[in-house]
Amino acid sequence: MADPILELRDVRTHFPVTQGFLFKRDLGTVKAVDGVTLTLARGEVLGLVGESGCGKSTLARTIVQLVPTTGGAVILEGKNLTTGSTTEVHDIRRDLQMVFQDPYASLNPRMTVYATLAEPLLVHGVCPVADVPARVAELMRIVGLAPRFMQKYPHEFSGGQRQRIAIARALALEPKIIIADEPVSALDVSIQAQILNLLAQLVRRMNLSLVFIAHDLSVVKHISDRVAVMYLGKIVELGRAADIIERPRHPYTRALVSAIPTPDPDVERTRQRIVLPGDPPSPMNPPVGCAFNPRCPHAKEICKSSVPRLSSFEADREVACVRVEEIANL
Amino acid sequence: MPLLSVTDLRTYFHTRSGIYRAVDGVSFSVERGETLGIVGESGSGKSVTCYSIIGLLPIPPARIESGTAFFDGTDLLHCTPAQARAIRGKRVAMIFQDPMTSLNPYMRISEQLIEPLLIHEKITRHNALARATAMLESVGINDAQKRIHLYPHEFSGGMRQRVMIAMALITKPELLIADEPTTALDVTVQAQILELIKKMQRELGMAVIFITHDLGVVSGLCDRVQVMYAGRVVEAADVRTLFHSPKHPYTRGLQRSIPSLQPKGAELYTIAGLPPDVSKPLPGCAFAARCEHATARCTATTPALIELASGHAQTCLRVQAGEI
Ligand SMILES: Nc1ncnc2c1ncn2[C@@H]1O[C@H](COP(=O)(O)OP(=O)(O)OP(=O)(O)O)[C@@H](O)[C@H]1O
Ligand SMILES: Nc1ncnc2c1ncn2[C@@H]1O[C@H](COP(=O)(O)OP(=O)(O)OP(=O)(O)O)[C@@H](O)[C@H]1O
Ligand SMILES: [Mg+2]
Ligand SMILES: [Mg+2]
Repeated sequence: MADPILELRDVRTHFPVTQGFLFKRDLGTVKAVDGVTLTLARGEVLGLVGESGCGKSTLARTIVQLVPTTGGAVILEGKNLTTGSTTEVHDIRRDLQMVFQDPYASLNPRMTVYATLAEPLLVHGVCPVADVPARVAELMRIVGLAPRFMQKYPHEFSGGQRQRIAIARALALEPKIIIADEPVSALDVSIQAQILNLLAQLVRRMNLSLVFIAHDLSVVKHISDRVAVMYLGKIVELGRAADIIERPRHPYTRALVSAIPTPDPDVERTRQRIVLPGDPPSPMNPPVGCAFNPRCPHAKEICKSSVPRLSSFEADREVACVRVEEIANL
Repeated sequence: MPLLSVTDLRTYFHTRSGIYRAVDGVSFSVERGETLGIVGESGSGKSVTCYSIIGLLPIPPARIESGTAFFDGTDLLHCTPAQARAIRGKRVAMIFQDPMTSLNPYMRISEQLIEPLLIHEKITRHNALARATAMLESVGINDAQKRIHLYPHEFSGGMRQRVMIAMALITKPELLIADEPTTALDVTVQAQILELIKKMQRELGMAVIFITHDLGVVSGLCDRVQVMYAGRVVEAADVRTLFHSPKHPYTRGLQRSIPSLQPKGAELYTIAGLPPDVSKPLPGCAFAARCEHATARCTATTPALIELASGHAQTCLRVQAGEI
């Protein structure tokens, strides 16, 4: 790939699950991220979608080193973050910013908006101290918040307003990569459009790279160059955004795309959905073979025994399904 | 008689920096078995409207300045605490926008799920736990037997949201208030939850108030929709009318902003300007400052929600005058 900025090599993040407080009993391991290999180019927007609980947020947290990796490597501009020293990781933080899924939990309730946005500027000495107030006001304007709200606390804002504070904080350090975990889910469509335009503009103007996690596939399609689809800790399909959403190949992606709600009551109430049988599998106890096989309408015997690898299918597309060719025209 | 009927609700926040008119004269009603969608600007008072009804406002700084909210004959805003307790959490349940602030991080999911059952019903712990496990399964959590004993932080965002949904449905309420209940879920699980809500609705005749930003979800689930802007309802109609012939300039702007209706990669349409400062009294229409159709009259006269056709009401003076 041309000019990669971030590389993930076989990244694994597992959590032990225990019961009991003093006498812990092992209940098993959640393989939240289980062998993800990906490259992000400079200036690229990569959309990350997948079932709730499939490990998107864990992957995001692994990239910014908020959770330790169980295996594999996260490489930012040639530096392996998983083996780097703490000071190195601290420096890298500035280049790698995250917007969290939950704007309620990620903002300090005892800090005003001003304090929240000024802190990173001061800690990293981004601008002269005298310029901090003006820079904070500018950041607020960028995300569509009136600077008159500067002295308010997070609880005084609505969900969408808090998310914009979180985005402004991520932008404060002018990072090279932003990992945005559902940054627009809590916003009304007009503000959502504002934030999407803003992110797209930053990507173009500052050659920012963006990993964009979302459940709204129309939003993902709009902003992303490529899309990765995750299922139970693994990437099952990867390709150009429009290709993935217009012609999904993996059976899980097909079901996902068919469930996108349409903003038209007549269409929405009559259209066909691929309804997946059964429940999402437990990552503590994943199915043998292809993780999707118990719910897959196309599963055969072979799917219950062999684990499919992500491999090239068409130009610019990788799919992890052994039957992808046979079912391509179904 | 409607199941819930809210009239002229005003909820203000009295803070150091001024009085915020979060909800400023909201009226609506919900029939038994009906689904009312509430959409609108982020910060327009959708959540505060619901908190006011369900009695979960932080008082102070919040204060209910005026209004009534009759649920099956009882005014929830002026009844005795005992009357309120008998209704809230049992006959009216709410799913919150932020699962983490409403789930107790130090309590196992199991304890939190059976709590409302133990409070409101004569049921043994053992049976309550069985019902909680079954409910957890029906919201699509696999391995519910084991996972019910975990703590909230051991669940993904979407799984926590499903726990909240299970918690709200477990008492079989007559009115469910759902504040963005599926925002954190992928579209297949979302479809499953919406089906579950529809099924409970058919079986129990449950009414639903559904707050969301996803206009696709609204179009599939809701019977009626109301649009809020700056603490007021600016348009209300049945779902088809609202999508096919929106009248209020804000509703139209909202519809034009939907990304799936615009070409990929293009600059998305947005409504120019910022929401108004609700700490100052707003003479006239709250949307006027951002409205391309606004005239001097719009900032002088406070508009009323007036029916254009049966069931379709909106506040724009110029639409009412037939000018746009
Ligand atoms: N505790 C509080 N103190 C002061 N103001 C508050 C408080 N809680 C809410 N507000 C204000 O009330 C207004 C309405 O908030 P509300 O949470 O109802 O918005 P919303 O329509 O639900 O928005 P969203 O779609 O973003 O969730 C907002 O402008 C918010 O700033
Ligand atoms: N600290 C933890 N301890 C144990 N298990 C965890 C922990 N954090 C996450 N998990 C588990 O890892 C899996 C992946 O969680 P993650 O939050 O990454 O999912 P997600 O794809 O972001 O889902 P959503 O779309 O719902 O946000 C889930 O099964 C979750 O229960
Ligand atoms: Mg997540
Ligand atoms: Mg809200």
